[in-house]
This record gives sequence, structure tokens and C-alpha cells, in this order.
Amino acid sequence: MPFQIDFGGRKQERVVGIDLGTTNSLVAFMDLTAPKIIPGEDGDKLVPSVVSFSESGEIVVGNNARRLLITQPERTVYSVKRLMGRGAADIQEELKLFPFHMAEDSESVIKLRLGDVELTPPEISAYILRQLKKNAETYFGEPVTQAVITVPAYFNDAQRQATKDAGRIAGLEVLRLVNEPTAASLAYGLDKRKNGTIAVYDLGGGTFDISILKLHDGIFEVLATNGDTHLGGDDIDNLLIRIGLEDVASEWGMDVSGSQEAVQLLRRAVIQAKEELSFAPVATVAFEYRGRNYRREITRDLLEQLIAPIVERTMGPCRACLADAHVKVADIDEVVMVGGSTRIPFVRQAVEKLFRAKPHTELNPDEVVALGAAVQAAILSGDLEDKLLLDVTPLSLGIETMGGLTSKLIHRNSTIPASATEMFTTAVDGQRNVLIHVVQGERELVKDCRSLARFDLKEIDPMPAGLPRIEVRFLIDANGILNVTARDQRTGKEHSLEVKPSYGLNDEQVEAMILESYEKAEEDFRERQVREARVEADNILTALDKARQNEAWFELDGEERAAIEKPVNELLMVYHSDDHLLIRAKIDEVNEATTKLAENMMNSAVRGALKGTKI
Amino acid sequence: MDFACWQCGQAAPGLFCAHCGALQQPPAGYFELFGSEEKLALDPAALERRFYELSRQLHPDRFGRKPLIERQHSEQASSVLNDAYRTLRDPITRAEYFLKQRGLDIGEQRSKDVPPELLEEVFELNMALEEMRAGDTSARPQLEQARDRFTNMLEQIDRQLENEFTSYDGAQRPEVLTAIRGLLNRRRYIQNLVNEVEKELPGSALSD
Repeated sequence: MPFQIDFGGRKQERVVGIDLGTTNSLVAFMDLTAPKIIPGEDGDKLVPSVVSFSESGEIVVGNNARRLLITQPERTVYSVKRLMGRGAADIQEELKLFPFHMAEDSESVIKLRLGDVELTPPEISAYILRQLKKNAETYFGEPVTQAVITVPAYFNDAQRQATKDAGRIAGLEVLRLVNEPTAASLAYGLDKRKNGTIAVYDLGGGTFDISILKLHDGIFEVLATNGDTHLGGDDIDNLLIRIGLEDVASEWGMDVSGSQEAVQLLRRAVIQAKEELSFAPVATVAFEYRGRNYRREITRDLLEQLIAPIVERTMGPCRACLADAHVKVADIDEVVMVGGSTRIPFVRQAVEKLFRAKPHTELNPDEVVALGAAVQAAILSGDLEDKLLLDVTPLSLGIETMGGLTSKLIHRNSTIPASATEMFTTAVDGQRNVLIHVVQGERELVKDCRSLARFDLKEIDPMPAGLPRIEVRFLIDANGILNVTARDQRTGKEHSLEVKPSYGLNDEQVEAMILESYEKAEEDFRERQVREARVEADNILTALDKARQNEAWFELDGEERAAIEKPVNELLMVYHSDDHLLIRAKIDEVNEATTKLAENMMNSAVRGALKGTKI
Repeated sequence: MDFACWQCGQAAPGLFCAHCGALQQPPAGYFELFGSEEKLALDPAALERRFYELSRQLHPDRFGRKPLIERQHSEQASSVLNDAYRTLRDPITRAEYFLKQRGLDIGEQRSKDVPPELLEEVFELNMALEEMRAGDTSARPQLEQARDRFTNMLEQIDRQLENEFTSYDGAQRPEVLTAIRGLLNRRRYIQNLVNEVEKELPGSALSD
């Protein structure tokens, strides 16, 4: 149990920091002065972002679920982050490489079919979050309901909203979504150097981000950010898997690419080889399937040839980011590396060459984002007042105008919160509705941008065309999520607005999922507390049974014994209730009533010990 | 502004209530939020200092444990602050904002009309651009020359603007504002020409 300080009875709820990663997820908190990762039940700090749904309805998350990837691939999901906030059309490419099965009615929201259940990506992510929440609750011995969750800086509105939805479904109030590279810079405590310009290069399992920040007396001001939300270590794995499958096809004369079990076994083998190649010049891919063996040596040279195009794909965003930040390479004082893929020497060399600075790699690249999230959690709790993050929106926000063109309202790399106001009116006499189509992206044509949502200004008073004046305010909040409000200029009143998100869940759907899971989560926590209280009751009752054999028991008079038996009987009565507070109250009473007995036992033990020395 | 504080009901004179310290509904005006005089010539370093100072006071991260209404005020205040800083730190957008606040909207003046003194040059430039688009790279030196000339013009306009800013801040004569508007329109026109040319000269700039 962690050391706790009582702040005059006003106990503030803890806010945890969560890195919800493509490959692994972590939860951390601010422990007095430094952020600290909370390990899972198995003692592992990394919780693999894998969820498995067994036939019996049991849900397994993390290392255990990863093992089920091999035996139960149909019921097990990994890398679900790649699907967050995406539509069915977006993920056709992913489906070629990942063994996901989409459910029939996947239109604006993807649903995955896992055995007999159908779930959306936010619901699946919520299971990972719930596991992390549980780990934190076990660690603290109290409920945890507030969190900061990190997202790739280049995540769009729908992907951010999906992450926030996942938090809500898991029973967490998401106080802030923080961009992963920005969080990493917080963890590095780079503000120790008071002023300077830093670049954060973050190549994770499935996403790539580059951010350039300016430090100014504890203010972390993001100047620009860029990236690719579909680029990461997964892509390297897939290249290696393809080689393995081709080799197997020619050596065994057998195409195993249709077998999920085979592909998952091979995936595990190539990941191991890939990781070894960061430390050794040669590694072996060893794969056994149905009694047949495949072995192949892979040299670091070959890996580097293979991944060169992937690394090159990260260089474009880096250069664009420098240009957007109005910063020259020579201005960069430090470079920070984040994400497991930055362990690859070839990636480090490329970054060092581009920025002409030796990158920071002191902190574990798998943990640094979660640690930073914990620092941000402390900032939000008011525990850290000297630091402040000023982040930006990665993509421009616009609305559709005549002829399918976009009109930009908020430009990319604007510091958030950012806002824009537009006046809308009607085109036809008596028109009652105005539809506003909001998009995100840099391109001129609406069809080349990402559709965010359609906002319907409803119930406009019938008037001649052009007379209604409705002021619409677009606000990108500190989470990078769009909020829209409308006001009738004539009446000064809020105007009703119906939101139809293009991708993702609407409010009612999220509410329904929350309700379902909330009850479950509450139940889980209560149940655990009751179980813990019963264990404690068992301990004290066992100890008392032993004490009844002790001579000290016989030294008590009848009244004294009765004074003990009364709370003991009461404890036995409440033992099977589901009120852990009541059980604990009775435990306390028993403890108090047995003080004298305990003293007597101690004395007799001492006497016994003294007797022993005489012999 | 003499609104009552939403929290303690006292007359609230500033951004933060003088009695209970609660954050109030922020002003919509950029200069007012910065607590700065309405001037066209601003010291960028002082503006940046003030921006950081206000960010520390107003950012939503500072209001995590505060009542909802204050959190909303903070979100609004920070968004206005960020928009204001973005607008005011660049002399061109600052001047456009300044004029708009005084009813001199640049947007309405925006037109495709070529400034008469540039008529001949723009005609020739368009010919060269068309040749380039048709694949005739012999127009390249001419385009590069034009780009350099127009870029020089922009720099000249920027110097003129700077002088006019100081002039207006000194005496606040309305005809100076009209002159500034003229310069801004001319600047915008030339900037568009430069952008057009750069599009046809790949590798010459990093702009998007």
C-alpha cells in the first residue's frame, strides 16, 4: 500500500495517467515527486493491448489474452487502436493484414465479430482501460474514476472522440486527452533546461508522430506537429511475416497464410527476431507449425533494407513539421525518442542524421508516455503549478461551401483551445433548417478531407431568405475535440443543434454502453472490497480459534469472554452480507474487544519463553 | 464592464473577481483581453511575455477542480487568448483585425482587380505562367525574376506599413487607416502572385 498523506481530511481523488497504446498499455500516477508505473496483477508494467472473449463469456486482457492469440485467434483482438474512429471504407487495407472480422452492419461505426459477440473498437479499448483501472484500484485500495489518456498527436477528431468514449464506457472520467509526444516531453523533465527548442520523434506500434516544442520557464509550447496514424512497428512485422509466408510456401509447398494460428505463430517469431536485431547483427526466425519447422536467419542489413522505406516515410512529416514550426534544424537543441520502434539502431541513426543531434534515449521508450500522462494528471489535480502544456490541433478544421470546396476556419497547428465564429443564414424564404458539414484536413476539396460531422440548425423561424442570423461557434477544446454551439443573433438565445457524427458513436449509443458497463464496474469493485473484507474476517476468526486454546483465554473471566463473543457473533452474522463497510466495522469491534486477550497472550508467551530458558 | 460576479455577486471589474478571485466571462476583444492599448505597432517580445503570463492564469488545466461555470469561462478565455495571440503577433493579421474593429473590412475590398500600376507586369507574368504550365521551361528565368521582384515589393510594403502603424498610433488620423487598408490590399494581391509563381517553381520554397 502506498504511503498516504492526509490533507486535513479533504481527500482528493487520485487522477491516473494512461497510455492506451497499439501494442501495450500502461497506467501511472504521480508518487510525491516522480511519476511511477503501476504494475499489473502479474507484476508486469506493460499490459499488452490484447483482449480475448472466451466462449463462456469470460473476458481476458493483457498477457493472458496474448497467449490466446495463438489458440483462440477468432476470439482475440490486438492493435484495436488502429480501428479507433475509423469507418468501414478506411480499414480495407488493415483487414488484409489483420485477422479482424467485421460484423454485417458496420457503417459509420465498425463492429468486430469475435465468436458470438459483436463489439465496436471503443468497447474493446474499454476492456483494456478497465483492466488498467482495476490494476490502479488494487494498488491504491480505493476506487479510481478519473484519468488522463494519451493519444497520438496526429489523431483526428473522430479518433480522439472514440478514445474518450472508450474511457467513459470503462467508467473513467477522461479529464484530458494528451498528445503522446507532448506527454513524453513532460516525462523527460526537459524544462530543467529553462528555454530551448526540442523535437519529439515517436514511432510506436501503429502510429507515428513528430512534434516540435518550445520550452519557456515551465511552459511546454507545441509549435507544430505532424505524423501518420497508420505507420509503426506493426508495418515492420507485416513485412517480415510476408517473407516468412513466402518462404514457407516455397519450402513446404503449402500456403499457410489462411491459417490464423500459423500467422500468429509466425508473427510472434518475427517480432522476437526483430527485437533481437536491435542488439545483435543476426537473428533467427524460428517457426513451428503442425510438426514442421521453418528457420531463417535475418541479418540486420536485411532488416534495414526492408524498413528503409518505412523510416523514409517518417522523414517527410519531420521536414513539414520543421517548416510549419518556422524552425531550422540548427535551432533544435534536443531530440527525444518515444515508442518501441525507436529502439531500432537504424531508426536512431536516421533521426540523428536529420536533426543533427544525438537523441535522448535514457527513459524506457515504452514507459515514457504513461509517465508523462501521470505528470499531466498531477497538473490537472493542481499538484504541479509550475508546468503548463500548450498544445496544438494537428489538422485544419473547415466547413463545406458551394461546389464541394472547403473553407478553413481553424488552421492546423493553432494553439488549443482555438475557436472560430461564422454567421449562417437561409437561402430560400421560409427555410427551417441549415445543414453545416464540418471537415478536417488540408485539402481544398471536401471529398479529399475527413468528414467529421453534420450539424443541423433546426427550427429556424420562417422568414424571408437571408434574414435569420445564426452565429455558430466552433471550438476545439484542450483535448483537440470539436464543440459546436449556435446562437440566434436576433433573440440572443442558444439555437438548437443536432449533431450527426460521420464516424463514431452518437451520444445515446455511448450512454447505453456506459450504463451497461458502469453497473458492471461498480459491481466488480464492490465485490472485490467485500471479498477483501471477508479475507480479513477469516484471518481474525482463525486467530481467535487458536487463542481459545491458549491459557490466556482461561485467564479471562466470564464477563470478559462474553464481551468478546458478542462482536464475534455479530461479525459472523454480517460475514455473508455484501456490505464491506459493515464487515470492517465488526472486525474493528472484535479487534478492540480482544485487546486484553492479546496482551495476556503476549505475557504468557513471554512467561513461556522465560520458562524455556530455565530448563 | 460592470457585471456582477457570477460567484459572489459583487460588482466584478476585471477578468478575475477582485473579491472572491473567480474567473469571469472573458472579453471578446483581443486588445482588451491582453490588457493592452489598442495600437498597431506592438512589441513582439512584450506580447509573447504577456501571452505566457495569461496562459498560466487562464488555461483549462488550471481549472480542473473548479466549478463547471469557471471551467467554461476558462475554456472560452483561453480560446480567445490563443486566437488573439495568433492574430496580434503577425503585423498583417493584426492590422486586418484592427481595421475590421473600426469598420474597415478588408474582405469587402478583396477583388481580382489588378492595381493599375502593375497591369503590364501582371499581363506578362500570366503569359509566362501559362508557358510554364504548358511545359515550356524557358519561362523559368523570367518567373524567378518576377518572384524576386514581387518579394522585394512585399518587403517594401512591410516597411511602409510599419511607418504607417507608428504614424496612426501617434495621431490617430483616419486617412492613415485608409492608407493602411490600401497597402494591405496591394500586399495581398502581390502575395497571391508570389504564391502562384512558387507553385510553378518546384523546390523553390517549403510553403504549402
